[in-house]
Amino acid sequence: MKYDSQSFKLIKNDEIAKGIFDWTVKNSNLSSVAKAGQFVHIAVPGKTLRRPISICDADKDTLRLVFQVKGEGTQIMSQQKIGTYIDIIAPLGNGFKTEKGKRYCLIGGGIGVPPMLYTAKQTDNPLVITGFRNKELVILQEDFKKCGAELVLTTDDGTAGIHGFVTDVLKEKINEIDEICACGPIPMLKAIAQVAKEFNKPCQVSLEERMGCGVGACLVCACKVKQENGEEEYLHVCKNGPVFNAEEVVF
Amino acid sequence: MADLKVKIAGIEFSNPLIAASGTFGFGREYSEFYPLSVLGGISCKGITLKKRDGNPPPRIAETPSGILNAVGLQNPGVDHFIEKDLDWLKEQNTVVIANIAGNTEEDYCKMAEKLSDSNVDMIEMNISCPNVKSGGVQFGTSCESVGGITKAVRKYCKKPLIVKLSPNVSNIADIARSAESEGADAISMINTLTGMRIDINSRRPIIKNNTGGLSGPAVFPVAVRMVWQAYNAVKIPIIGMGGISTWQDAVEMLIAGASALQIGTVFFSDPYAPIKICEGLEKFMYENNIKSIAELTGSIKPW
Repeated sequence: MKYDSQSFKLIKNDEIAKGIFDWTVKNSNLSSVAKAGQFVHIAVPGKTLRRPISICDADKDTLRLVFQVKGEGTQIMSQQKIGTYIDIIAPLGNGFKTEKGKRYCLIGGGIGVPPMLYTAKQTDNPLVITGFRNKELVILQEDFKKCGAELVLTTDDGTAGIHGFVTDVLKEKINEIDEICACGPIPMLKAIAQVAKEFNKPCQVSLEERMGCGVGACLVCACKVKQENGEEEYLHVCKNGPVFNAEEVVF
Repeated sequence: MADLKVKIAGIEFSNPLIAASGTFGFGREYSEFYPLSVLGGISCKGITLKKRDGNPPPRIAETPSGILNAVGLQNPGVDHFIEKDLDWLKEQNTVVIANIAGNTEEDYCKMAEKLSDSNVDMIEMNISCPNVKSGGVQFGTSCESVGGITKAVRKYCKKPLIVKLSPNVSNIADIARSAESEGADAISMINTLTGMRIDINSRRPIIKNNTGGLSGPAVFPVAVRMVWQAYNAVKIPIIGMGGISTWQDAVEMLIAGASALQIGTVFFSDPYAPIKICEGLEKFMYENNIKSIAELTGSIKPW
């Protein structure tokens, strides 16, 4: 059996920035070790749908999950007490494909930053570019520094780090890297994909869409991709993704 | 122990729980959680004569105790289903029901003909999909159209024929009678109720299709009422569905008049729901000295 829903004990729940919560959950029987870029599907008490959250970091028996409160479901999640058991299906999705010997540029925008931490830990000397709207929303900077990444911080309003977009930094440093992995809002991913195309660098993007089952059965989390024969079709973020080659995504 | 077996139109199910169409794909994903034989049957994702891409996203929105969806029948088409999915499904030791949806009467007839030559166990005719522009629910909202399409498809359908009814009608009893009188072997009900959610900041509907089908616990009381009304109107078996999430819901739906059950939305919160519902149902029957599901069906004592 590839999938498993299990009880994870919540052992850490801190608000690390305004409305952004940092969970660590523990389970000694994790069916398989998560890959960078995969996600988990979290049951929320009183809610019909689970909440898909990307994996920020993983160990043999723990998962670190960083999420932003956006609605009632994530609000309920943020209020869970330490010691509570959380029903989680994990890990799900395909994840980023990384190879030894390549230098990666890992780009995260806003709440798309967390999955890049685990990705950074699986790559050698990555260039990590993190972008946020403003200084209140900046997260995980120390964690990236600790794992030896070359780290760049940008904010849209200049209240922290470089005043500008992640793509400004990417263009400047494009000759220092071999491949790009990115997660964040669609306009940002679209801009990154354009830069990647212009400079002929492979680029993987992690997409988000309103999700149902999380395993590929209900077909709600559709995203349009271009096939090799040029035809466009809807694939699904949960099963075919969340990571896609930027070239095939129809933004 | 209590006997959970049920028989619908001559087909035996190991238990009354059937995965509802559209929530369970063609079974492969959930077979990674447990053997599909835990289910009495599977009603496959709705298939059309030709491949369909479905609606643009977002296709889902959460609602109080439920969800709205507008997938728009994304599927690989009937031929692909027969060639690539059916043989595998038939090896899973559960009843396989093909759910068909057409744009035209001719579509339904062609699919029924193709599937009649396959080894599928039953055919469920979906005349109640609210999320496609032509066909779907337009066949399911008047007695004339339900009777007409049932009669037409019956001619081509050599498998037991289930007609899946829409709740978006004024008199469900009359609709059920129309399906029965034109040759349906069973009816399944209810499909989703048409609904809508709007983002108050953007003033945009959350679902790109604007409207979607409401399912989940929110619709359960509507489903119970309609199954009861249909049970009083027809003699053919009713497969009850609409928001069943617990074994208590399952018992309630059987008492209202269902001979078997479909579950769908509950898979999204708990993939293991069918196992838990079966355990609860069996225990309830044992404790109340109920020997078979048939004893529960329609055992309501209305005021």
